[in-house]
Amino acid sequence: MATYIAEVRSQFPDAPSEFLTREDRIGLWRAMLLMRGIEQRAMTLYRQGKVPGSFYDGFGQEAVSAGAAFAMGPHDRLCVLHRDLAAHLIRGVAPTRIFGQYMGRAGGITRGRDGNVHFGDYRTGCVGMVSMLPDMMLVATGMAMAFRMRKERRCALTWCGDGSTSRGDWHEAMNWAGVQRLPVIFVLENNQYAYSTPLDKQFAVDPIKRAATYGFPGISIDGNDVEAVFEATRQARERALEGGGPTLIEATTMRMHGHAAHDDMRYVPVELIEQWRRRDPIELQERRLAEIDVDVAAVRAAVEVEIEAGVREALEMPMPDPATATEGVFAEGEAQELGDGAAPWSGFSTPLTALPADASAPAPSPVDDQETHRWAS
Amino acid sequence: MGELTYLQAISDGLRCEMRADPRVLCMGEDVGVFGGAFKVTDGFIEEFGPDRVMDTPLAESGIVGTAVGAAVVGLRPVCEMQFADFISCAFDQLVNVAGKMHYRQGLAVPITVRLPSGGGFSGGPFHSQNPEAWFMHAPGIKVVAPSTAHDAKGLLISAIRDPNPVCFLEHKYLYRRIRGEVPEPGYTTPLSARVAREGEDLVVIAYGAMVHAALEATQDIEGARIEVLDLRSLVPLDEAAILESVARCSKVVVVDEANATCAAGAQVAALIAEHAFEDLDGPVVRVASPDVPIPFSPTLEQAVLPGAERIGEACRELLAY
Repeated sequence: MATYIAEVRSQFPDAPSEFLTREDRIGLWRAMLLMRGIEQRAMTLYRQGKVPGSFYDGFGQEAVSAGAAFAMGPHDRLCVLHRDLAAHLIRGVAPTRIFGQYMGRAGGITRGRDGNVHFGDYRTGCVGMVSMLPDMMLVATGMAMAFRMRKERRCALTWCGDGSTSRGDWHEAMNWAGVQRLPVIFVLENNQYAYSTPLDKQFAVDPIKRAATYGFPGISIDGNDVEAVFEATRQARERALEGGGPTLIEATTMRMHGHAAHDDMRYVPVELIEQWRRRDPIELQERRLAEIDVDVAAVRAAVEVEIEAGVREALEMPMPDPATATEGVFAEGEAQELGDGAAPWSGFSTPLTALPADASAPAPSPVDDQETHRWAS
Repeated sequence: MGELTYLQAISDGLRCEMRADPRVLCMGEDVGVFGGAFKVTDGFIEEFGPDRVMDTPLAESGIVGTAVGAAVVGLRPVCEMQFADFISCAFDQLVNVAGKMHYRQGLAVPITVRLPSGGGFSGGPFHSQNPEAWFMHAPGIKVVAPSTAHDAKGLLISAIRDPNPVCFLEHKYLYRRIRGEVPEPGYTTPLSARVAREGEDLVVIAYGAMVHAALEATQDIEGARIEVLDLRSLVPLDEAAILESVARCSKVVVVDEANATCAAGAQVAALIAEHAFEDLDGPVVRVASPDVPIPFSPTLEQAVLPGAERIGEACRELLAY
């Protein structure tokens, strides 16, 4: 089985997307760098006892959330999982609030209500995950159902893991999305292990083959190639907006760390880790940027500065007031909807000729292009 | 104003809200073309179309989960579980996704889940349950259970307009047996208790179908003036109204059709023990179904479900205490 799991089947083999400008390609790299830097820094904070509970990261999987989120428009909606930090960064969540979240501070995204990567800033169009996987598949499907009913050209996206393909909600969502032909994208983040359980104990039929049986396409890509993830998602989104229905994208990658900080992952063969270490998604994109003469050192330095500033600020945040622990269980007044997120891909502000004229269109509310780029400034 | 059955009042409330608010849709198994297993949505698809009267796949988790997704992007879904019993299949989406969303992320989930519940017609172990206590125990979910046609319409409209997930327990036994005056325009009923009959010698606290059993049981017990308090809402629980009735009557019988352990009535009894001990002139008495699945055969079912006879007996004993 080891040879099978290391195999990457991609319908976009090492092909940079023609829909990405130089700035876009730097932006993708920057999002991955920021994700890894934040998570590495947070792991240090965890070891120092400043992050309570456990700590989960997406080391080695950065391309999957960065590439997919980058293809999503401001009015699109995302349900983000625990190894997808780059999606939050791309949608406009500031690193300092993420550090505050990890440390259970009042200034964290959930104000200490929930920990680690269990968050979503609804103002950025994102819903945070729950631990029961893949519950968010159905939530994303429901969002897409609303878009279709209101005849809006918008799309919903969620990630899911290889382990979650065994649960009923995965099948209910795939079936529902197929039956109603909904504008939803499921990104299957195949990182080889569900905690300690390898793929051969998870399924007898490859999940990507199931897509066709639910009535829509399944596309396999190299999950460590951020541009391939972007391009597959961009195409899936375009299809969805044109009424073509859902897509399952299988992004093959590797969970390079344990399930969480406490897990030494001794159940993973060393050679498998070594094999994937040579395919690091950040290094892969860095080599591409070097070819087009990007000053990668300068980008790295800027990311470092941003992370350190974020940590400093978060460390100064107070812990939540214990008197507020019972507040906010119920909503009061008119329900607040999800807001629009940042969407830094150049395709949304300067439509490329290859795009259908209105691919960046529909806008239930006006888009502020400045606002959508705020994450990168 | 016209007289409607409890079931017609639910239909009427849903229709009112769907006419008034284009964000409202109903979704569930067989609710569209067939009009629902109990015909609550009969004729709706002709008026509102198949998108807003949605026949879904047979997938309860899917129904609640997609409703959550639709709600956070602006719709107001009203989910129908064909029978309340099937909510167990959607438990996770309701309890973990919908119920905790606002506390964790500040994001409201305005969904209503209609739960045709209760026994008394040989529905057996999977078509007779009263699952309300499961959701009382889960933070972030409101739970209402009307007993009259008037409240069925008003509470459904309140549930739909509420920014939170609301479980709406509609008792199947009452569907066609209870009638009442129901105003034609839309109106809301507050999520608070209602005194169904005033009294001062003893109070029976109940909700749903048990309100009618309590009224019947206590019509004439040796001339005692027996109050019946209809809770209407279980979350929030109208603690002030409960304590007020206890202070006035000093003797309390709490009735649940649900299985006794940790039922809504257990919470009411605990509340009284904690806050009204000094007002009591006798033990808090509970009448509920024993902790067994609801059996199919009429003789067995009647042996399990509380009825007017058992409630009357409990009242007599407590009055003599």
